[in-house]
Amino acid sequence: MNSLTKKKFRLFDFVLYGLIYISAFLSVLLVAGIIGYVFIKGIQTVNFEFLTTVTSALKGTVGIAGNIVNTLYIIVLTLFIATPIGIGAAIYLNEYAKPGKFVRLVEFTTETLAGIPSIIFGLFGWVFFGNTFGLGYSILTGALTLTLMILPLITRNTQEALKTVPASYRSGALGIGATKWYMIRTILLPSAMPGIVTGVILAIGRIVGESAALLFTAGSGYLLPKSFFGKIFESGGTLTIQLYLSMQKGEYKTAFGIACVLLIIVLLINIAAKYMAGKFDVNKEKK
Amino acid sequence: MSGALSLIQIKAPKILIRNDIVCKKELNGEMRDMNKESIIGSSRTKSTIETAAGFIFAVCGTIGIVAVVSITLYMILNGLPAIQEVGLTEILFSSVWTPTAADPHYGILYIIFTSIVGTFLAILIGVPIGVLSAVFLSEVAPKPLTKIVRPAVELLAGIPSVIYGLLGIMILNPLMYQIELKIFEGSTTHQFTGGSNLISAVLVLAIMILPTVINISESALRSVPNYLKEASLGLGASKIQTIFKVQIPAAKSGIVTAIVLGVGRAIGEAMAISLVAGSSVNFPLPFNSVRFLTTAIVSEMGYAVDTHRRVLFTIGLVLFVFIMIINLNLNKVLKKGEEE
Repeated sequence: MNSLTKKKFRLFDFVLYGLIYISAFLSVLLVAGIIGYVFIKGIQTVNFEFLTTVTSALKGTVGIAGNIVNTLYIIVLTLFIATPIGIGAAIYLNEYAKPGKFVRLVEFTTETLAGIPSIIFGLFGWVFFGNTFGLGYSILTGALTLTLMILPLITRNTQEALKTVPASYRSGALGIGATKWYMIRTILLPSAMPGIVTGVILAIGRIVGESAALLFTAGSGYLLPKSFFGKIFESGGTLTIQLYLSMQKGEYKTAFGIACVLLIIVLLINIAAKYMAGKFDVNKEKK
Repeated sequence: MSGALSLIQIKAPKILIRNDIVCKKELNGEMRDMNKESIIGSSRTKSTIETAAGFIFAVCGTIGIVAVVSITLYMILNGLPAIQEVGLTEILFSSVWTPTAADPHYGILYIIFTSIVGTFLAILIGVPIGVLSAVFLSEVAPKPLTKIVRPAVELLAGIPSVIYGLLGIMILNPLMYQIELKIFEGSTTHQFTGGSNLISAVLVLAIMILPTVINISESALRSVPNYLKEASLGLGASKIQTIFKVQIPAAKSGIVTAIVLGVGRAIGEAMAISLVAGSSVNFPLPFNSVRFLTTAIVSEMGYAVDTHRRVLFTIGLVLFVFIMIINLNLNKVLKKGEEE
């Protein structure tokens, strides 16, 4: 007999609950497993020498200092180009453009750009920046290619951030006589800053983890730069590229060492993005 | 005194501009400062800055369009020569891939098959797990458990693809090799692969699309209006019945979006599977060493020359066409979702 106080036992429900829990904890298990495995295998490789020297058969050292520097170069250069453009595009879409065909086209292309796989970016960057522009395998070629790749990420995050700024801020500023650009500069951008910074941090994560787009553009150089600005036009492999190359050569010890370093960077970036996103929420509550 | 003077002048802007020089001379620095503050004094520069700002932002907006157009153009320009050289049917519908032989053949049929089959299988494994995880996060999970699962999913998305590849080689491939040895024991026709096979690649891909599927399905489930859920529960349906018969159907278009994005991610992934999937072109059977569209480009571009290199660009073009088809469909799905 069914009663209101006693829940009927449904086998189907029970099985589905089980499946839901298993699926959800698969992700947790995977992450824990991956991090654990990589750290156990790689942590003894990571030491001061590994981080501060360059692999050299002559000196008998194995190190990734060059790759770390290359990664930093690419991050800074890419953000230097992509951030202003991405933010500008978001401001245009949100504040200037009137809804219509052009805006839809811009949004469609942003969407498309986000969907193009990195290997295609790699091929394009190689022939476009590398051959047509004559930049060859260089940090600059890589950075320009990655710029196109992370542009949608920055644009979208900035757009989202701008959308959360209340309309009253805008009308208030315009009402007391500020011009549009002045209003954007002094009211909108500061209010949207946490969201924009979150986008930039996520973009850094993307750059650090990228490999397919860099293989044919930035090349695989692993030496330390001889001159600060000259390096931009030289080939430079990032950590991920070096990891791939070591893997290909079967140098798994080095590979796991680099994987360890990469995971630590990814963890830090995740924490930073979380922190910024949290700050963003506080702002929202204040209004 | 000077304050009152400038107030009067505001009403006659043209005179102000002409008198400007005189005023400055007469009243020294004080007047000049007043001019800076006045609305009219700098209106010309201000409007110039305004127009420039608007223009610069518009240019930023068009860069995305320029990028997509030039990528499309370059992919076509670089992909076509090989088609002319070798012939479209020879490339697309022949299965013999011997680019470095004395009598080279450039048939990519098996490579295309592999990409399609591999993506399909990865979706088949990844989507159910992803959707169920999304259900967990949006409906079932008690708060403390959400705090463990959500960061895990975020991290899963952030792990670089080469690390997935590394783990695939170190963990999946040996495991697959053991299974392979057992299944094909005594077989004389099977080519042993050492575990680099389609299944390994599919498993890696399935894991890699999980975060995409989970995130998008979750937000789709969350956007289902609450009254649907309440009505269903009010009619006496159990929570599970409500989720599977009301909420998931209501979130259909969002979940389809998740699947389409997952397909895009899986078909475009290169580095993670390039070493895991093996290195020979074969028909996509589970234990065959296979080559995807992406991995063919990654692993052969380094040494390819002449026609071989141009055919690899054609492979890139084929991949690009696939991606564009997926993107256009995605756009349709999104529009449909908006209309509903």
